[in-house]
Amino acid sequence: MSEALLEVSDLHVAYGQVEAVRRVSLSVPTGKIATVIGPNGAGKTTLLGAIMGLLPSHGTIRFAGERVEGYDTEALVRLGMTLVPEKRELFHEMTVLENLELGGFSRRRSGESRAALLNTLDEVFALFPRLKERQPQLAGTLSGGERQMLAVGRALMAKPKLLLLDEPSLGLAPLITRDILATIAKLRDTGLSVLLIEQNARAALKTADYGYVLETGELSLQGNADELLHDERVIATYLGKR
Amino acid sequence: MDATIAALLTQDGLTNGSIYCLLALALVLVFAVTRVIFVPQGEFVVFSALTLAAFEQNKLPGTVWLLIALAAVAAFADVLSLWREPKRMLRSMAGTSLPAALAALLVWGVASAQMSFAIQVLATIAAVTAMGPAVYRLAFQPIASATVLTLLIVSVAVHFVLTGLGLLFFGAEGVRTTAFTSESFTIGSVSISGQSLLVYAFTIFLVIAMGLFFKFTLFGKALRATAANRTGARLVGISPNFAGSLSITLSAAIGAVSGLLIGPIATIYYDSGFLIGLKGFVGAIVGGLASYPVAAAGAIFVGLVESFSSFWASAYKEVIVFTLIIPVLLWRSFTTTHSEEE
Amino acid sequence: MKRLSVTKILVLTVVALIAVAPMIAPAFYVTLLNYIGLYSLVALGLVLLTGVAGQTSFGQAAFVGLGAYTTAVLTTQYGWSPWLTLIVALAITLTVGYLLGLITLSMGGHYLPLATIAWGMSLYFLMGTIEQFGGFTGITGIPPVSLFGFSLERESHFYYFIWIVVLAALWAVANLLDSRPGRAIRALKQGTTMVEAFGVHPGRTKTAVFVIAAVLACLSGWLYAHLQRFVNPTPFGINQGIEYLFMAVIGGAVSVWGAVLGATFVTLLKTWLQDLLPKIIGEAGQFEIIVFGILLVLILQYARDGLMPFLQRFVPVTKRVLPAAGDRLQHRPMPAANEPVLSVAAARKTFGGLVAVGDVTFNVDAREIVGLIGPNGAGKSTCFNLISGALAATSGSIKFMGHELIGQPASAISKLGLARTFQHVKLVATMTVVENVALGAYLRGSKGIIASALRLNKEDETAALAEAMRQLQRVGLAEHAHDAASSLPLGKQRIVEIARALASDPILLLLDEPAAGLRFAEKQQLASLIKTLKGEGVTVLLVEHDMDFVMGVVDRLVVLNFGQKLAQGLPEAVQADPAVREAYLGA
Repeated sequence: MSEALLEVSDLHVAYGQVEAVRRVSLSVPTGKIATVIGPNGAGKTTLLGAIMGLLPSHGTIRFAGERVEGYDTEALVRLGMTLVPEKRELFHEMTVLENLELGGFSRRRSGESRAALLNTLDEVFALFPRLKERQPQLAGTLSGGERQMLAVGRALMAKPKLLLLDEPSLGLAPLITRDILATIAKLRDTGLSVLLIEQNARAALKTADYGYVLETGELSLQGNADELLHDERVIATYLGKR
Repeated sequence: MDATIAALLTQDGLTNGSIYCLLALALVLVFAVTRVIFVPQGEFVVFSALTLAAFEQNKLPGTVWLLIALAAVAAFADVLSLWREPKRMLRSMAGTSLPAALAALLVWGVASAQMSFAIQVLATIAAVTAMGPAVYRLAFQPIASATVLTLLIVSVAVHFVLTGLGLLFFGAEGVRTTAFTSESFTIGSVSISGQSLLVYAFTIFLVIAMGLFFKFTLFGKALRATAANRTGARLVGISPNFAGSLSITLSAAIGAVSGLLIGPIATIYYDSGFLIGLKGFVGAIVGGLASYPVAAAGAIFVGLVESFSSFWASAYKEVIVFTLIIPVLLWRSFTTTHSEEE
Repeated sequence: MKRLSVTKILVLTVVALIAVAPMIAPAFYVTLLNYIGLYSLVALGLVLLTGVAGQTSFGQAAFVGLGAYTTAVLTTQYGWSPWLTLIVALAITLTVGYLLGLITLSMGGHYLPLATIAWGMSLYFLMGTIEQFGGFTGITGIPPVSLFGFSLERESHFYYFIWIVVLAALWAVANLLDSRPGRAIRALKQGTTMVEAFGVHPGRTKTAVFVIAAVLACLSGWLYAHLQRFVNPTPFGINQGIEYLFMAVIGGAVSVWGAVLGATFVTLLKTWLQDLLPKIIGEAGQFEIIVFGILLVLILQYARDGLMPFLQRFVPVTKRVLPAAGDRLQHRPMPAANEPVLSVAAARKTFGGLVAVGDVTFNVDAREIVGLIGPNGAGKSTCFNLISGALAATSGSIKFMGHELIGQPASAISKLGLARTFQHVKLVATMTVVENVALGAYLRGSKGIIASALRLNKEDETAALAEAMRQLQRVGLAEHAHDAASSLPLGKQRIVEIARALASDPILLLLDEPAAGLRFAEKQQLASLIKTLKGEGVTVLLVEHDMDFVMGVVDRLVVLNFGQKLAQGLPEAVQADPAVREAYLGA
């Protein structure tokens, strides 16, 4: 395994008295896709929120060699980590183009030129030609699939080293899910590292290199994605044992 | 009432309405970005008028001491909370204490060198604007995540503090600043004062400028993004504190310009801010604290109602203005849907 | 000798201090205490309205003015007795409060506080403009109040009158909060969905609270007029309205004593600042308002919930005495086994063009446990909300015990014998476990606000609490009865929700994702509880996505996917169904 870009060890996240995530340790190697699968309510979204600095947590998080636990979300974006959240969190009253421009906010603030941003914009449009057609449209008027493309596109505008993806398949037709995951795989091949969180286990494991199974807040299984794909125990976590 | 009086009242109403309109826009902006109902908005107006008046009387404006006090306290707060992280501490100071200190220096310089009117006006705007970041840093940043009610109470407390400081640094006397122009124009039997025209022109100019700022600049878009979706904004790297501070600074700037415009029309005392702000507020409420155009229209409507009711039932002027809000609120409340928190 | 609790000792000490204060304190402080008493009354109304029920009002000073001006005008200009004017003042306040409440309380979000500013301002300016009210100079020569022929002209005599009224009001409001309607009021802050599901009418409850706050303010105003013997509009303006809110927020709304604490703190602070600051700084200015404002900001930055919760940490919690578990409330007739309870026929719900639930049909029979399952976004929750009345179906039919549910509000559905739990636990964090459960029995009690405030509800209250204890025993949480609901782990909170639903004596129990977020052992306990309930004759419909849990519990399954029914039948058959496998694991 190549060197890890993200390394999480012994992470705990609590809401008041309830520990939603316990003792989670995982890593994302540079240029690979790691996926965390598990049934709804297992704590997947909480885990990503904690890594991205949106929720307070205990444990160590190392990103690109730097200890980053306790960092602000904004600081993590500047360091090259972006999140595509489950709810997309787009700016609905703003146009597609404005949403994408704001994706590069952090880079503009650190002094990068508008031209550099426009380059990235072209790359995003090449990846999602649909967004190019929809540029002047308000984000709130897009279809579900287009919104997901915009959410991913907005995250890519920050030129991240690591992309965190929360349930990209949620509420989307299977065909669109497949397209989006194929795009993610393509991005990985250009060197981007990805931490993918999915309920749709088969689709996620087919795309990923390495997989973790999260069950009621704890990791219960891990292994190479193609091995997990055929593991009966994964099926059991989803469909029940009986 | 004949046409001449009607025209006169309309002119008056539009003039006051324009100023309320500017304040309403600022209130909508601050609320959308920070959820703070920004009661101290009126104090910025007052400080601006009082600063310019002091310049005109060749006195050193109390603004200098106000700015120095804000800068010092903000620096102290930064040291207290961030002394372990000197880099972040210095960055925070550069954004709050430094502008306030520089503005104090500028006001002192302009006052002691007795510079021209135009420079006095610019220095006034700079001085009042520089108060924005410090007010946000000291009062709102530490409790940015509190409920709207708590933020509102803090906002009222800040209004008290600023009013008190106003009396301390500017005294209790009312002021009226010189009009920018004493010309007046006659169309038919109606005479229109140049100052009124100037107020209209400036309001229109500022509204357009704000529109352009929000539409075309990175910071303007960042503010809109924060108002639209706070989490989304954080995920692209817009810090809530940056956006909050920026919105209050902008509202201070708008307050400063409003103060310059209202100074020659009305006598301004250290405590006039509340009622002026409240009327802008009424406009903002009409806009549901969300819609800029409706808020602007509402504010101008308030100005007109005020002007006409002062003619018909002068004593009941304020009663009429404030009673009129209730049906408007009802209508707004029924036309906007609010969903249950989950 | 009966042992007194720490709280009781504290309260008695405070009452004793109030009783002896005029004898030992200098006259100036007696005057201050009089004002503190008057302010406490208004702040008490706000603790109830803003702190407990979550409705912000800046307009209380206007109600104070209403009370003061009514008596001022009627006693000086028409020679009425103050006691008669009190009745008139209260009647006017009830009417105005009811009408204003009716209009403004329907406003959501930040419209309400803004509306209160609006009518606060207009009533203030009105008082200052009406000639008969003496304009801004006011009305003088208001007669003192006399009680059984004894004139309360001296301040130290009126002091006792004021504080008896304040203590009585504290007693009544504390009683109210600790009763059937009180529990409904305390639950309002969490949103209306939950209280509606147990038959509470949120609009009416809010209006009642608003009127109570207005009446307390009016009472304070009436007292003020007869204490001062002079009124002018100044103390009834918006600034004073803001100050009342300060008192309530600074005092903290966890207890009625927060009102007294807030009123005392704000009044003393302002007086001392006015007194001390000129001595320290040696210059008259508005230093007190500056320091006052800064202190407020700092208090809120460091104690967001006010002073009372801050102090309460040092007082040990005393457990109240609860009645033993008992079964004293009426029961509804239960259907026999296999009798149809719920039948959903072609139920459809669309949001705009999106079909969330498309013509779903299934039924639930008595004493059956049915699971409604499906992957995320399948329409389970929407389907659930259609049945519980939280959403209205677009078309189709949902019949419960022969009654059509579509078009019925949640509170009516609850009356028919259908009780639910919530996916995101909706317990009232500030109430104990037993109080939360007693809220479930709301529709089985009858005593209203006045009876509760005057403690004429003993029987009703004992029966409700005994029922709550019975349900807690039934689910095995009796030992947690006194704990704050928020202190329990999630697994137990979910069980408390079930106990609350059971307290309404339901025919059908709707469970919304009861296993979400639970640990393995907790899930096992939950599963065995559900099976026990079935044995006791309860019918259960549960929405769930934890398949492991579902498989072990249900008799029958209904599977949804993309808003359509995908399969139904016995658990094993559903588990083996290839369509279900694909829906869950992905293609």
